Amino acid sequence: MIVKLVWENVRHKPVRTLLSILLIAVPVTLILTLIGLSHGFIEDSRKRSVGVGADILFKPQNASVVGLSTATMPEKMVQALAAEPHIAQAMGTVVNPIGGFDVLVGIDPAEFDKMSGGFVFDSGHTFQGPNDILVDTWYADQRHVRAGDKLHLPGHDWHVAGIVEPGKLGHLFVQMSVLQDMIGATGKVSQIFLKVDDKKLVDSVIQSLRAKYDNYPILSMAELQSLLSVDNVPMLGSFLNVILGISVVIGFAVVSLSMYMAVLQRTREIGILKSLGATKFFVMGMILAEAFCLGLGGTILGILLSFAAKAAIHAVAPASLPQAIVYVWWPRAGAIAMGAALLGALYPGMIAVRQDPIEALAYE
Amino acid sequence: MSSQAAIISIHDLRKTYHTGKVFVDALRGVNLEVPAGEFLSIVGPSGSGKSTLFHIVGGLTPPSAGEVIVAGRNVSAIGDSGRTELRRKSVSFVFQKFNLLPNLTARDNIRTALYIAGMPTALFADDLKSVLELLGISARLDHKPSEMSGGEQQRVAIARALATRPAILLADEPTGNLDTANSLAVLKLLKDLNQRLGQTILMITHNTEAAEYGHRIVHMRDGQIVETSAPATI
Repeated sequence: MIVKLVWENVRHKPVRTLLSILLIAVPVTLILTLIGLSHGFIEDSRKRSVGVGADILFKPQNASVVGLSTATMPEKMVQALAAEPHIAQAMGTVVNPIGGFDVLVGIDPAEFDKMSGGFVFDSGHTFQGPNDILVDTWYADQRHVRAGDKLHLPGHDWHVAGIVEPGKLGHLFVQMSVLQDMIGATGKVSQIFLKVDDKKLVDSVIQSLRAKYDNYPILSMAELQSLLSVDNVPMLGSFLNVILGISVVIGFAVVSLSMYMAVLQRTREIGILKSLGATKFFVMGMILAEAFCLGLGGTILGILLSFAAKAAIHAVAPASLPQAIVYVWWPRAGAIAMGAALLGALYPGMIAVRQDPIEALAYE
Repeated sequence: MSSQAAIISIHDLRKTYHTGKVFVDALRGVNLEVPAGEFLSIVGPSGSGKSTLFHIVGGLTPPSAGEVIVAGRNVSAIGDSGRTELRRKSVSFVFQKFNLLPNLTARDNIRTALYIAGMPTALFADDLKSVLELLGISARLDHKPSEMSGGEQQRVAIARALATRPAILLADEPTGNLDTANSLAVLKLLKDLNQRLGQTILMITHNTEAAEYGHRIVHMRDGQIVETSAPATI
C-alpha cells in the first residue's frame, strides 16, 4: 500500500517529479561524464602507447612516469641505448603540449615506421616538407581538416600531408628535427622507446638498464599500461573527488528542496494519514520512499544522459576528449545520487513527522 | 443502545492552549460518560470547546489536566505514540471536509486505513462489503475524490472510518459541507450504522436538527458542558 501511496504522490505532480528527477540526473551525468572522460583519456593513451610497438619506455631523469616529459635528454642517448645488449631498436620522440589536451609529437618517420609498422593512411602521404603534419582521423574530424589543408596550431601553421588511422602514440605528428628546432630543444628528446630482440628478456633488460642509468624512469610497456590509471595521474583523483562532493551537495539540495515543497503541499494529507493512525515511521518511510524513487529515476536518467554527453563530446572533440562509458561507475553514481536524495529527504521528513495533526488537517 | 458500559469516561478535563504569552482555556472541567453503542451529539457555538473535546477524545492532542479514558486507554497518561495507537485501533474520524487522500481512489483510501491499522487490504471483508452496500458506494470505489460529489465523498469517508472496525466513530460536522438532501442521507446513515452495528458515535455539530439524530445531546459553552438533553422524536 505504501508503494501505491508513493507512486500516486509521484504521479500526481508530474512536473515537480520530472524536474526533481532531471536535477538529480545532472550530478549523475556530471560524475559519469567526468569519470568517462578520465577513463577515456587514459584508455586512449594506453592504446596509443601499445600502438608504438615498443617493449620499454625510457624517460628523462626524475621525470614523472605517466606525465608528459619535456625534451631534456640528449639525442645521443638514443644511440647509446640502441647499443645496449638485446636492444633491437631505440627510437627517440619529442612531445610538446600545445594547449588543452592536445600534444604535438615529433618522430623520426623511418624509425617510427620500423618500430610501429608504419601509419595506415586514410588519405595523403607521409612527410615531404618541414611544415608537414600528419593527423589521425579523430583529430581530422575534430578540426574538420583534410589532406592538403592548412592547420593552424599555436605558434605555427602546418600543412596537412596525410590523415592516418588513430592508435599510434599521438594524434598529431611532425618531424622530430622540426619540432626540436621549434621548441629550442635541438638535439634533445622527451622519451625513448626501446624494442627488445626477445620479448622474454624484457625484464632482465630493464634490470640491467636500471642498474646503469640511475634515476631514469625505465618501465616496460605493460607496466606503463598498468600505471595509466586515474589514481596515478597527478591531481586527477583529487579533481574527481571534488566533483563527487559537488554532486552529493547538488543532489542533497535538489531533493531536500523538492521534498520540502512536497511536504508543504501535502501537509493536509500528512494530517489525514496521522488521523488514520499513521506512525512517525510510516510518514518518514513514505517521504524516504518517494526520495528513493526520485533518486532512482535521476540515476537512470543520468546514465542515459551520459550517453548523450558522450555522443555530443565525440561530435565536438573526438581526439582531445575521448570519453568511455565506465559501467562500474553506474552503481557508484547511483549510490551517490540515492544517498544524497535520502539525506535530502530527511529534514523534510522530520518536518512531516513533527507536524501537529490538528494543524495539518486545518491546512488549506 | 447495545451496551451500557462506558466506552468514554471523562473527569474534570481541562485544556489550555498557549498562543505566545496568551493562555486560552478551551476546556474548563468537562465531565462526561458515554456508554458503548451510544450516538451522542455535541452542540455549541464556536469557541465552546466541542472541537477541542473531539480532538482529545480522538487522541489528536493531549489534555492539560483531568482524566480521559477512551476504549480502555487513559489518554491523559499515554504519550504521542500511545495516542497514535489509539487512532489506529480504537477511534476513527469523519470530518466536515471529508479529508480523503486526493490522489487515491475510494477503494485505495479505504485500503490505506486498513493498511495503517495492520488489517488485510487485498479483499474487503464481508462486513465491510455490507457497509459499502449500505452506504451505496460499491459502484464508486474506483473513482477518485475529485470525481465524486460531496455526499459520495462523505460516504466514502464514513466507509473508511468504519473499515477498521473502530470502537468509536468521531464525526466533526459531517454534514457541514453538504446540501440538505445529502446531509439528511448522511445523518440517516450514521443513525442506521449506530442501530444496526451498535457503533458508538460522537458527533459535533452546529446544526440543532442534525443533533436530534443522537440518543443524547450535550450542550457546550465556554469550555464546559452546560446542559444535557434528550432529542425530540425524529
